[in-house]
Amino acid sequence: MSQRHGPVTAAVITGSMPEMDNDHGPLQHHFDDMAQQNESAALGMWLFLLTEVMFFGGVLTAYAVCRYLFHDAFAEGASHLDVQMGTINTIILIFSSLTMALAVRAAQMSKTKLLVGLLIATMVFGGAFLVIKGIEYEHKWVEHHVPGKYFQYDGPMANQVHLFFSFYFTMTGIHALHMILGIGWMIWLTIRSWRGDFSAAYFSPIEMTGLYWHFVDIVWIFLFPLLYLFGAGAGAGH
Amino acid sequence: MSEQAAPRRRNRGRYEGDVPREHYLNVAYGLKSWLLTVDHKRIAILYLLSITGFFAIGGLFAAIIRMELMTPTGDLMSSEVYNRVFTLHGVVMVFFFLIPSIPAVFGNFFLPMMIGAKDLAFPRINLASWYIYTIGGIFTLAAIIAGGVDTGWTFYTPYSSTYSNSAVALTAIGVFINGFSSIFTGLNFIVSIHKMRAPGLTWMRLPLFVWAHYAASIIMILGTPVVAIAIFLIAVERLLGVGIFDPALGGDPILYQHLFWFYSHPAVYIMILPSMGVMSEVIACFSRKRIFGYAFIAASSLAIAVVGFLVWGHHMFVSGQSAYVSMVFSVLSMLVAVPSAVKVFNWLATLWRGSISFETPMLYAFGFLGLFTVGGLTGLYLGTLATDVHLHDSYFIVAHFHYIMVGGAVMGYLAAVHFWWPKMTGRMYSEFWGRLSAGLLFIGFNLTFFPQFLLGYMGMPRRYHFYPDEWQVLNVLSTAGASILGIAYLIPIIYLVYSLRYGPIAGPNPWHATGLEWTTASPPPQHNFETTPTVTEEPYDYSKAIENVAITPGAGPESPPSPAAPRS
Ligand SMILES: [Cu+2]
Repeated sequence: MSQRHGPVTAAVITGSMPEMDNDHGPLQHHFDDMAQQNESAALGMWLFLLTEVMFFGGVLTAYAVCRYLFHDAFAEGASHLDVQMGTINTIILIFSSLTMALAVRAAQMSKTKLLVGLLIATMVFGGAFLVIKGIEYEHKWVEHHVPGKYFQYDGPMANQVHLFFSFYFTMTGIHALHMILGIGWMIWLTIRSWRGDFSAAYFSPIEMTGLYWHFVDIVWIFLFPLLYLFGAGAGAGH
Repeated sequence: MSEQAAPRRRNRGRYEGDVPREHYLNVAYGLKSWLLTVDHKRIAILYLLSITGFFAIGGLFAAIIRMELMTPTGDLMSSEVYNRVFTLHGVVMVFFFLIPSIPAVFGNFFLPMMIGAKDLAFPRINLASWYIYTIGGIFTLAAIIAGGVDTGWTFYTPYSSTYSNSAVALTAIGVFINGFSSIFTGLNFIVSIHKMRAPGLTWMRLPLFVWAHYAASIIMILGTPVVAIAIFLIAVERLLGVGIFDPALGGDPILYQHLFWFYSHPAVYIMILPSMGVMSEVIACFSRKRIFGYAFIAASSLAIAVVGFLVWGHHMFVSGQSAYVSMVFSVLSMLVAVPSAVKVFNWLATLWRGSISFETPMLYAFGFLGLFTVGGLTGLYLGTLATDVHLHDSYFIVAHFHYIMVGGAVMGYLAAVHFWWPKMTGRMYSEFWGRLSAGLLFIGFNLTFFPQFLLGYMGMPRRYHFYPDEWQVLNVLSTAGASILGIAYLIPIIYLVYSLRYGPIAGPNPWHATGLEWTTASPPPQHNFETTPTVTEEPYDYSKAIENVAITPGAGPESPPSPAAPRS
């Protein structure tokens, strides 16, 4: 059993997401074997995703209540969203999940170059999603649909439409933040993959990142119909 | 040491050996060896120091509150300042003392040892949790400097959104950040309990302290994210002007209360369950008896964790929620009292015909039993719909939750401090001063908070610093009690620090207790055990003699191989 020596890097304290790996050889000193370590990492990641479900669950519950109360206003607000861009983004994210899944497979088969390539592809897809999201935000800004001081909306349901856009920006904003954190983490993993840290014998960090990434995608799969498609039938084409 | 009759009394002789040559405290020196440590024991010490600091700050605000309330007029400070003082007292005490207290200090230190592991499953996440806690704390302290926060610790909208002119966003962000330290701690505990147990340590052989932390961890990872999003939405509302809780913008302030209490009622059990775990350890040890109803105590922890999630509406009986919803919440609130009562009765049955001795930790345990019971029973008044309308937001509820939080959680915390201090430091503290301050604490506590039941029953509302003259006597009594309470908090700091240098050497097992943590040296070596222990029996087997044997003097990673530690 190896003992850990030497200084711990500053990466320790970033803590943006659970860190299940170790820079000083795969097996950490307090585990008996790799199986125990990998099982712990997997259980830890699933529990972390459970907390994420509760986190998004809170705001989704609030959204559900308000959407029930102000059905018409929310439909009207939703009709101002760009379904086309949303659809493109959904497709992009599904592809990023595919490349992520293939990256895990590549790590399992010890194909380092393929792994690096697939991780980069995943990040490119993720980046493209964020760019399109940014363009959508920009449109909303121009249209004065960003909640807060500059919000402008004519009509009797202005307040409730404002509420809809509050939810839209909060939920997609938190989701985008999760993607940014995921991409940041993946940059680090790509460097490590390039160094040859991962192989069939040890790929648990890639696998865990895959779980996280798929989770973030699934959140979008919920957000997209809840926000965009709700209003599609009601007076589209504003 | 093997087969001899169970001693009715332990011989309280002084330990003959020396402290081990090398242990977790002296393997490395310097600030860096502490700030970058991944040793769960050192992280626990970091938590102990910072939590004590926050407790002092929260206590200071409490002292200011009690000083102001000595007179019926608001002569010490303006209403604005008073709002800030009681808010900061609540925020600091709840989020930065009570919630992390036992899990982050004693859970961190002893949970890995109790399951026979070298560390928690994710040591670096553990360290990260302390940094997150510290950063959250800095935000909150910055909010004090930036003018304080005046919403009450609950951040109710619209106090925290439309009508606040204080540093709400800064405090909210501090509490939000701090939530992640709680999540990381809970996650670490659950994974460790599942995956890191020593050979032979089956689930039904786990110490009840571990069961209690398992249950509390479930709440930490399921509840904390919900309050995190609620407080996040408050911060966003303040900073960006989205209106999810603002009726003027179409939002709903009551929605915030639902999200907040969905976490904050279960959070009560984050505070009290670990304390109950301490009770099971201490009461069994100082009764020299196997704990009564082991399976019931373990299962009741889980029951509390589950049912605790279904009672949040009892904080909202007067919020205008549906009467039928209130009835359901009222019934469920009564139900959640059952597992707590199961525990109390099992502890009483453990005491029954036990060979009880009255060391300091046991005195705190007795304090817990009495005060927690009063707190729990007065909770029934508040869970009953009709009486709650009268007592809601009065001093009755202030007294009720202080009986639970201080009488329960803080008593448990201090019991833990005194029970495990010899293990953490290798030294004994003064038993005389320990008992004295435990007694003072009990007296001071009751004098502080019992009058508040009466005040609340007579109708004194919480969060005001003016009150009619006829309530002054009870308020002065309460303030007098608070002074005694304050002294009882200060004395342990003195004799505990003193013991670090001048205390008698404790030896591995000064209380002759069962449990894996007592089979290793005091202070423990860096990796807790010389060899991974194997567990062959159920916990709390006090039927046989347990001695304070010297365990491999000079134990440490570099020491030469020594014969297996003698265990009785
Ligand atoms: Cu409650």
